[in-house]
Amino acid sequence: MIQFMQQLINGISLGSIYALIALGYTMVYGIIKLINFAHGDIYMLGAYIGFVFATKTGMGFIPTLIVAMITCSIIGVVIEMIAYKPLRNATRITALITAIGVSYFIEASTQKVMGTNPRAFPNLLPKGNLNISGVVITYQQIFILVVTVLLMIGLQFVVTKTKIGRAMRAVSVDTDAARLMGVNVDQTISFTFALGSALAGAAGVLVGIYYNSINPLMGLVPGVKAFIAAVFGGIGIIPGAMLGGILIGVTEALVSGYGSSLYKDAVVYVILIIILVVKPAGLLGKNVREKV
Amino acid sequence: MLKIEDLNVHYGVIHALKGVSLEVKQGEIVSLIGANGAGKTTLLHSISGIIKSTSGSIIFEDNDITKRSAKDIVSYGVTQVPEGRRIFKGMSVEENLYMGAYLRSDKDGIHKDLESVFERFPRLKERIKQNAETLSGGEQQMLAMGRALMARPKILLLDEPSMGLSPLLVKEIFKIIIDINKQGTTILLVEQNAKMALGIANHAYVLENGKIVLSGLGHELANSPDVKKAYLGG
Repeated sequence: MIQFMQQLINGISLGSIYALIALGYTMVYGIIKLINFAHGDIYMLGAYIGFVFATKTGMGFIPTLIVAMITCSIIGVVIEMIAYKPLRNATRITALITAIGVSYFIEASTQKVMGTNPRAFPNLLPKGNLNISGVVITYQQIFILVVTVLLMIGLQFVVTKTKIGRAMRAVSVDTDAARLMGVNVDQTISFTFALGSALAGAAGVLVGIYYNSINPLMGLVPGVKAFIAAVFGGIGIIPGAMLGGILIGVTEALVSGYGSSLYKDAVVYVILIIILVVKPAGLLGKNVREKV
Repeated sequence: MLKIEDLNVHYGVIHALKGVSLEVKQGEIVSLIGANGAGKTTLLHSISGIIKSTSGSIIFEDNDITKRSAKDIVSYGVTQVPEGRRIFKGMSVEENLYMGAYLRSDKDGIHKDLESVFERFPRLKERIKQNAETLSGGEQQMLAMGRALMARPKILLLDEPSMGLSPLLVKEIFKIIIDINKQGTTILLVEQNAKMALGIANHAYVLENGKIVLSGLGHELANSPDVKKAYLGG
């Protein structure tokens, strides 16, 4: 039981980070139907921006998090403007390949500027842990969970309660109808990229702190995992991405704990395959049937 | 109020609108009838700025809106109720109505207009928090019209409001259109239901294969032998 609780807690803290990244995938997909494969690299950039900012200024956790989030949101908007906006009317495969190109570009540029070796991320959160009858929870895990929950609540507020959030949902349901209401669709898409990239940037800083080590290719695997999380929950559905992220994190932790950590990725992919076969629209997705 | 001159629209090699000219005067109901694929929706989308025309001009109240963005056109007071309602699924009735007021920031005015939409369509008020997707066809049409009214339009462009509705509901919708017009909103109505559309129109136009082939007073067209033969079933 203690082992189970322990793995559950590890899984939830890891999964909440996947969820943060998955939200960006899902929001961008919801609005322009693009799987933004460069999204995992935004997360990596968030970690590097946090690293440079924290080591150069010696500032603490909160300022580092905010700087990483803001910088990433700007980078996300610029990428959308340069790489995806000109392809708005192109086929989806064109945009997808472009996204992969952007991903390689960001990775290679980071390797060039920061070097290929891993860097040690400064310790921005207090060390130590709580021991609740044998289950160990580190302060870092608590911090990660608190920060991700706050960010998700904030996102949910923006999406459901604000005018721009309404516009985001309207554009994702019916772009032309939103245009007929006077919504500036390009601005709404930019805003979506800004929001998603900010969350990825936050995830980058949190992972940097959690694992203590960052490298230019660190976005690859979590990027794919987060993508799976988004598909798992139902791509385009925001609560689905949160749920998917947590579930994948917990699955990985449980597989590592009870089986072997060698199998954790395999199990995640097997789950993806099962989901795609059994419920292709994802856990919270609706099977859309055209009404005639 | 709205003046379209020699408008041409191409989709690739297809010449969808071939030199269409049309005028809507303030306070009128103008109906545009024509068969499927005649270019009716294309014309409304060009007015709304969703489709870019290749040549010609669209003037609204002394503003040339031919090349303006959809957003600017809405802010000038031109609002469209699109074909097939196009309500925002997954959003509540209330949220849909607020989307109509997207460009407005006068909170009191928006609230007042929300109340008057509910007065006009009491059924929407009953379903205020309901997902718009779950409404019936007639209710969805009312929601789409209410949403457009939330923009406080000077001219309302209606695309096939009777589509897919029972004859009883069609009558109700047309009564509402007349009522909206009486309260000062100019109407440009696009319809396949020629009988109803000509019945309420001050002026009317017949669009065929991207060209205006006939125009005149509403009752004149309703009695014209050509129109009778082609659109009114003999």
